[in-house]
Amino acid sequence: MEKEIQIIEDVTVRFAGDSGDGMQLTGSQFTDTTAALGNDLSTMPDFPAEIRAPAGSLAGVSGFQLHFSSEDIATPGDTPDVLIAMNPAALKVNLKDLKPNATIIVNSSTFDAKNLKLAKYDNNPLEDDTLSGFNVLPVELTTLTMKTLEDMDISPREKERCKNFFALGLMYWLYNRPLDNTINWLESKFKDQPKFFEANKRVLIAGYNYGDTTEIFTTRYEVKPAQLPKGTYRNVSGNEAVALGCIAASLKSGIPLFLGSYPITPASEILQELTKYKSYGVKTFQAEDEIAGICSAIGAAYAGSLAVTNTSGPGLSLKSEAIGLAVMTELPIVIVDVQRGGPSTGLPTKTEQSDLSQAFFGRHGESPVCILAAKSPADCYWMAYEAARIATKYMTPVILLTDGYLAFGSEPLRVLSFDELPEIPINYRKDPEGFFPYSRDENLVRPWAIPGTPGLEHRIGGLEKKNITGGISYEPLNHEIMTNFRDQKVKNIQQDVPDIEVDGEQSGELLVVGWGSTYGSIREAVVRVRKEGHKVSQAHFNYLNPFPKNLEKVLKSFKKVLLPEINLGQLAFVLRSTFLVDVIQYNKVQGQPFKVAEIQSKIMETLGGKNGK
Amino acid sequence: MENKIVENSITPAVKYTSKDFSSDIDVKWCPGCGDYSILAQVQRTSPDFGELKENMVWVSGIGCSSRFPYYMNTYGFHGIHGRAAAIASGVKIANPKLQVWVATGDGDMLSIGGNHFIHACRKNINLKILLFNNKIYGLTKGQYSPTSDKGQVTKSSPHGTVDWPFNAIKLATGAGATFVARSIDRDPKHLQEVISRASKHKGLAFIEVYQNCPIFNDGVYSLVTEKETKADNVVVLEHGKPLLFGPKKTKGIKLDGMNPVIIDLEDGKHSISDCLVHDEFDENPTRVFLLGRFTDIPGFPTPIGVFRQFSKPSYDKEYEAQVESLVKKNGKGTYEQLMLSSNTWEVR
Ligand code: SF4
Repeated sequence: MEKEIQIIEDVTVRFAGDSGDGMQLTGSQFTDTTAALGNDLSTMPDFPAEIRAPAGSLAGVSGFQLHFSSEDIATPGDTPDVLIAMNPAALKVNLKDLKPNATIIVNSSTFDAKNLKLAKYDNNPLEDDTLSGFNVLPVELTTLTMKTLEDMDISPREKERCKNFFALGLMYWLYNRPLDNTINWLESKFKDQPKFFEANKRVLIAGYNYGDTTEIFTTRYEVKPAQLPKGTYRNVSGNEAVALGCIAASLKSGIPLFLGSYPITPASEILQELTKYKSYGVKTFQAEDEIAGICSAIGAAYAGSLAVTNTSGPGLSLKSEAIGLAVMTELPIVIVDVQRGGPSTGLPTKTEQSDLSQAFFGRHGESPVCILAAKSPADCYWMAYEAARIATKYMTPVILLTDGYLAFGSEPLRVLSFDELPEIPINYRKDPEGFFPYSRDENLVRPWAIPGTPGLEHRIGGLEKKNITGGISYEPLNHEIMTNFRDQKVKNIQQDVPDIEVDGEQSGELLVVGWGSTYGSIREAVVRVRKEGHKVSQAHFNYLNPFPKNLEKVLKSFKKVLLPEINLGQLAFVLRSTFLVDVIQYNKVQGQPFKVAEIQSKIMETLGGKNGK
Repeated sequence: MENKIVENSITPAVKYTSKDFSSDIDVKWCPGCGDYSILAQVQRTSPDFGELKENMVWVSGIGCSSRFPYYMNTYGFHGIHGRAAAIASGVKIANPKLQVWVATGDGDMLSIGGNHFIHACRKNINLKILLFNNKIYGLTKGQYSPTSDKGQVTKSSPHGTVDWPFNAIKLATGAGATFVARSIDRDPKHLQEVISRASKHKGLAFIEVYQNCPIFNDGVYSLVTEKETKADNVVVLEHGKPLLFGPKKTKGIKLDGMNPVIIDLEDGKHSISDCLVHDEFDENPTRVFLLGRFTDIPGFPTPIGVFRQFSKPSYDKEYEAQVESLVKKNGKGTYEQLMLSSNTWEVR
C-alpha cells in the first residue's frame, strides 16, 4: 500500500524512556540526520532528577526533545506533537506536556504489571480512557527487536538494548528521513565490534520497514529544509559551543588556552570538552576546588595564556574573592557561569537566570567587570569568543552568563572561516624602555608583560597599586584615582558594544526585552502575537555591563517595556536604577524556561484592551 | 610582534650577583624579623639557580612572609590569602619554562591554603615552596596559627590553645611532596644550602623555615637558635651520615623497633655504628615520619636538612609529554579541524 506523505511546517518530538534506554543517543541521532537535511532545529534534553533511580521508576525517566522546522525557529518547542514512550513511567511523566491530539508511540511490550506498578499506574493506561484524545500507536518494540535479532549470537540483554534503534528507525520512516547517517555512525562506533554494528543496523532497518508495512501507520510527514543563511553548519550544545568559542579565540589570537576548573553541574561538560583538545594548545587543569580553578587561571593569565574558568552559581560565589584579585591586577580572564536554580545547592540540574545580581554586585570593594550573556546554544560560541576578545583587549575579567537550558540544548551553528573571525590582537609588552606595569593606553588599559620577557621583571598583586608605577600605595587620593580608572576602563568597553537592535517598530506601545536564554521563547511569542495583528517590538541583551550606548533611548521610545526573566527581577532592578525606566516584570522561577505561550499571554495582558493595534 | 611565550635557555650566559635580585622597594618587615635573613639567603643563592632572572617568578599569598615577592627583582605576584600555590600552579602549567617559587607562611599555607598545599604536593607540580613558619599570625597581630604549640597563649588564646598543631614536614610528606626539608632563619649557611638544593629539584620542593617573629612570638625557636642550647637541640640531617648531635657530637639517635631513642656514645654501651644513618633518597616515607616526630617528642633534637628527596615525574612534565604525544599522533589542531570534524552540512 502506497502511504500518503503530508508536508508540515514544523514538529516537536520527544523521546522518553528509562535512563538506560539510550534516549539521549536516539534523540541526538535523529537530530544529526534532521540537521543534515537542512531543517532548522532546537533541542533540549531532560535528564532524570536522580542518577541512580531504579529502572522503570518515574524518577528514572530520561527525555530528549527536538523541534524541527522548515522555518527559522528559536526554541525546542513548548508542547510535543509526538511522544515516543519506551515504558509506562515515560508515558506518565510526559503526558501532561503533550499537545491535545498528540501522537503517542508506546513500547507496549513494557506495559506489564511490574512496570505499571513502578510507574504508579493502577490500571493499564493503554486499556482505559487515560489516553483518550490522543492518537495512540502501541508497538511491541521490545518483542519486535528480539525477533529481529533471533538468530544473532549476542545475549538476550544485548538484544534488548537495541530497541531504541527500532524506535529510531520507525521515526525515520514517519518523518521520511534517510538511514545512512545513523548507519555510518554505528559503523564507526562499533568498528571493533562488528556484531553490535550488525545488530543495531538490523533493528534500525526493521523499525523503518515496520512503518512501511504495517497498517497502523497510514501517513508519513515531511518537513522541508529551512531557508537558513548560506554556509556550513554544525549542531552544537551550549556547553560545547562555549568550549569551541574559547578554542577559536585562542587559535585566532595565537595565544594558548588555559582552563582552570572544578567539576560542577551543569558546567562540567566545558571542562570535559576542552580537555579533548590538548593538541590544539589547550591546557585544562582540574583543580582541587573552585577557588584553585580561578586562581590557577589568574596565574596562567599572568603567564600570558588566554585564561578561562567555568562554573555555576555556587562556584561563582567561591570565586568572587579571586575575581577581585583579577580586577586589581587587571589581568584578562573569562569566567563562564552556567547558571542553575539557587541559592545553595538549589536545583542543580535545572535552569535559572538568578546569578545576574551576583555578576554585577557579588564582590567586595568597587569591583567592576564586563558581563556578557549568551542567548542561544549557538550564541554561546560567539559570546565565549567575544568574552575572550574583550578580556584581552581591556585586560579585565569578563563574566559570561549561560544557563542549564542553553548548556544542554542544541541548535545549528553557522561555521565562519578562520579569516572571517573577528581579530583578537595580542600585544605582549616587550620593550623595557619606559615600561611601567600600570601605565595605561587611550582605553586606560595597562600593558600585558609576561614572565620570561627580559627587562620587564615587575611585581603585581592584590594591594592597591600606585598609579603608573604599580608599586604599593596607601595614599588616599591614589586609591580614588585607581578606583576611577578601573571603573572607567570597564565603561570604555562600551565602544566595542554594538547598539541593541530593535526588531519591529522602533518606537510605540510595547517593547519586550530580555537577556540570555529567554531569547527563543520571547521571539516566538512576539512572532505569534504579531501574526495576530498586534504591534510589539523586541530587543535582546548580549551585553549587560557595559550596556549598549543606545539602550536608554530605545527603552524610552516605548510606552511600556516588558521584561520576562527566570528570576525575581534582577535585570529589572538594574534597568530601573540605571535608566529610571519602570519596566514591567514577568518572572518565573520553576527551574524551567518560559513557554512561548506564557510569554504570549503576558504580552497580550500587557497590551491590555488596546491590543496595540 | 611575535606572540609566543618566550622560552629562554636553561643556563644563563649572564652571571648574576645577589644584588641583581634585590628590587628597589624598601623592605618593610619589623626590625629583627627572621624574614630578613630568609630574603638575604634567597638573594645570595639565586645566582646559582641556573635560571635567567626573567624566568623566575615569586608568588605569595597574604601575611608577613607574603611580602617577599616585592623585594625580589624577578617577576612576582602577591596573591590573596591562602591561594599562592593555586596561582603558582597556573603560572607553572601555563609556561613550564618558568621557575616558580612560592613564599608563604604557616597561616597562609597550612590554614586557609591547606587544600591548595596538599594538592600541589600530591600532583608534584614543579614549584619551590618556602614556608616561613613563625607559629603565629603576625600580620593580623598575634593570633595563634595552625602550627602554634599546644597551650600557647596568644591574643586569640588567652587561656592557651587547645588545638594540636600541624607538623609541616609530616603533612608535606603525607601529601606526597618529593623534596622535603627544614632549615632555620638564624642558620644562614644551612638555609642557603637547602634553598640551592631545592632549586635543582625536579618536582615540588618544600622547605619549612623556622622563622622568629620578634614582635608576636619571640624566642619560639630559641632552643634551636641560641648558642648555648643549639648543639643539644639540633640534629643535622646529611645523606649517608649517622644522626649525631650534642656539642661534641657524642649523642646519637638509634632505632628501637619503630621508635627512636637517644643514645650516649660515651657510656661504653653504644658506638656510632648503632646510630640511624640518614638516607634522603629512601622513597619509603616511614623514615620521614619517624624523623618528623622528633619535634613532637620532648627532649629530642630538631632535625634540619633534607628529610627526603626522590624523583617522580612532575605534573607539568607529564602534561607536556601527553600533549606532545597527542600532537605527534594527531598533528597540531587547526581551526578547520576544530569546527568541521563533527557532522556538518551545507546550506546553499
Ligand atoms: S610581625 Fe613578626 S613576622 Fe611579621 S614582620 Fe613583624 S616580626 Fe616579622
